[in-house]
Amino acid sequence: MAKQMKVLTEKDLQQVTVQQKIFKVLSQIALYTFLIVMAIIVIFPFYWMIISSLKSLAEYRLSIPTLFPKEIMWGNYLQAFQKAELLKLFKNTIIVGVVSTILSLVITIITAFAFARLEFKGKNLLFSMLLGTMMIPGELFTITNFTTITEFGWYKNPNWFEGYAVLIVPFLVSVFYIYLLKQNFMQIPNELYLAAKVDGTSDFKYLCKVMIPLSLPTLISITILKMMGSWNSYVWPRLVAHKDYYLITNGLRSAFTDAGSGEADIPVQMAAVTIVSIPLFLVFIFLRKYIMKGVSRSGIKG
Amino acid sequence: MVDSKHQWKAWLYLLPAIILLLIFTVWPIFNTVRMAFTVYWDAEAPAGFDEDGMQLCDENGNPLWGKYQGYTISKDLGNKKLADDDPAKVKFEFGLDNFIHVLTYDGFWTIMKNTVILCVLTVPLSTFLALLIAVCLNAIKPLQRVLQTIFFLPYVTNSIAIGMVFAAMFNIVGVNTTDVAASTSVGIVNTVLMVFGLDPINWINQGSTYWANIAVMVIYIVWNALPFKILILLGGLQSVNKQYYDAAKIDSTPKWRVFTRITVPLLSPMIAYVVITGFIGGFKEYTSIVGIFGEKMQPPGAAVGVPVLQTMVGYIYDNLGNAEGVASAAALLLFVLIFAVTLVNLGVSKKKTHY
Repeated sequence: MAKQMKVLTEKDLQQVTVQQKIFKVLSQIALYTFLIVMAIIVIFPFYWMIISSLKSLAEYRLSIPTLFPKEIMWGNYLQAFQKAELLKLFKNTIIVGVVSTILSLVITIITAFAFARLEFKGKNLLFSMLLGTMMIPGELFTITNFTTITEFGWYKNPNWFEGYAVLIVPFLVSVFYIYLLKQNFMQIPNELYLAAKVDGTSDFKYLCKVMIPLSLPTLISITILKMMGSWNSYVWPRLVAHKDYYLITNGLRSAFTDAGSGEADIPVQMAAVTIVSIPLFLVFIFLRKYIMKGVSRSGIKG
Repeated sequence: MVDSKHQWKAWLYLLPAIILLLIFTVWPIFNTVRMAFTVYWDAEAPAGFDEDGMQLCDENGNPLWGKYQGYTISKDLGNKKLADDDPAKVKFEFGLDNFIHVLTYDGFWTIMKNTVILCVLTVPLSTFLALLIAVCLNAIKPLQRVLQTIFFLPYVTNSIAIGMVFAAMFNIVGVNTTDVAASTSVGIVNTVLMVFGLDPINWINQGSTYWANIAVMVIYIVWNALPFKILILLGGLQSVNKQYYDAAKIDSTPKWRVFTRITVPLLSPMIAYVVITGFIGGFKEYTSIVGIFGEKMQPPGAAVGVPVLQTMVGYIYDNLGNAEGVASAAALLLFVLIFAVTLVNLGVSKKKTHY
């Protein structure tokens, strides 16, 4: 009796493992199917953007859309460059992006250094107040900044200095970047700083030789997010910049205004959108690690 | 160890940031509050009326002035005409007129309706989808990296540019063209619908319905919101202690129970975080609508007046430059709304968060 029971259990066990294996394979198939279907949905707009940008208008309008262009129309890209004045917009965006990133990095580094390493009265209070401003929606600042830059005479000013300054200066200080870098600076052991002090190294030299190299990954994250920010900024330049100093997104939207009327030359429009998107993709592919690290700590787009 | 003579050095390091913050962050906070609560009285007949006291209208026939309880409030700063016997020429006074102007704006309920609908639809949908994708991603080994990269891709895009791609996908091509030779297509999304035997829908073109517009916006916003949410949730999943899952395995707990009883509770702080940021984003929706519908924030050919898809941020920008007081009041209301929703969310998540 006891022997029989043992045999039964072993058989059962075998059956259970086979069932488990089948279940596991099936669930893996289900997982992959779900993920791949979702991935296709996520990536489809990019595919459609690129494919449409290479079609002729007549082909784009076919009642049964083609999944690949019959004849590749590179001319759409040339037209897009001309229609949206993309070269001028690229130039503006790069100038604003590079200058504001460099200045912003300098300010972020010295401010974060002061908060992380130097002692002064009211440090914690000041830092808490800075963090408090992060809760306020940006639109609230926009209203007064609009008045302020008008007082400065920067509003839609066609001069190159004012034209660029209005896009750069109001956004040089980012409390979030200061916070991010300060956290990073704090991780560097204080002993290093004291040792440097004993050796008679100045604060500034210590900052340049020790702290900056040690927090390079965070600085790279900040650089990318800031560059992406000027690449994607739309509202502020649209409100205050002179037409000659519009950034890439403004030109894109205003050159092809009637998105919903069905009249627009969509292949050319898609070519312009592709041109704008490609640099972002390249940055993403090569610097994914830094972007994801920065983003996972912020939730701020750009 | 640090003596007071070094203090000035610290302030020197802080100087550039402090100057810029005073001008572009601190001053705006005070000034916005100040402008929102100020009413401007003027002895001159304000510029919304002609000499005979007739109301002037803009090209669309909308009065340049709003009316409130017998007062005429201008679009400019909400100013009111002084009584004739008042000795002052101009007077600034504390008042709530700007707020009343916002609350009685014809489009205020449109704004609230759009905001609530978009938040209620997009936040749960995107959070649930992101959670599902993150859990699945966490459960696979091969292709994990590749799929993770693909799911993050929408984050590094320009929301205006990709909005134009979505508009093209939902567009009905060539309906208005006189060019008969060109074939007309109903757009790729409608083509897919027709493959499944459904009728094509007018999503965003002239004459499209409000709910079709909202559907497009929900799809676009969810698509846009997924990458950030997946990133946060996947990061959370990867830091979860494996012990809980091993214990569940020994007890042979069913998968669904593992998900609802272990995964979701352990992830609850991250879920709370993405829900809160989702709500904040929902209240500040603007560029994604501009990306698809353009700055008119409605399908082409819709009636003049309050845009069908108007939002609070859109309203603030509309008032910028001609009615800063009203824009300030709207921005303060937006801040209070976001703050309140965040507090409610935090309150709920404190009860539900298992930490």
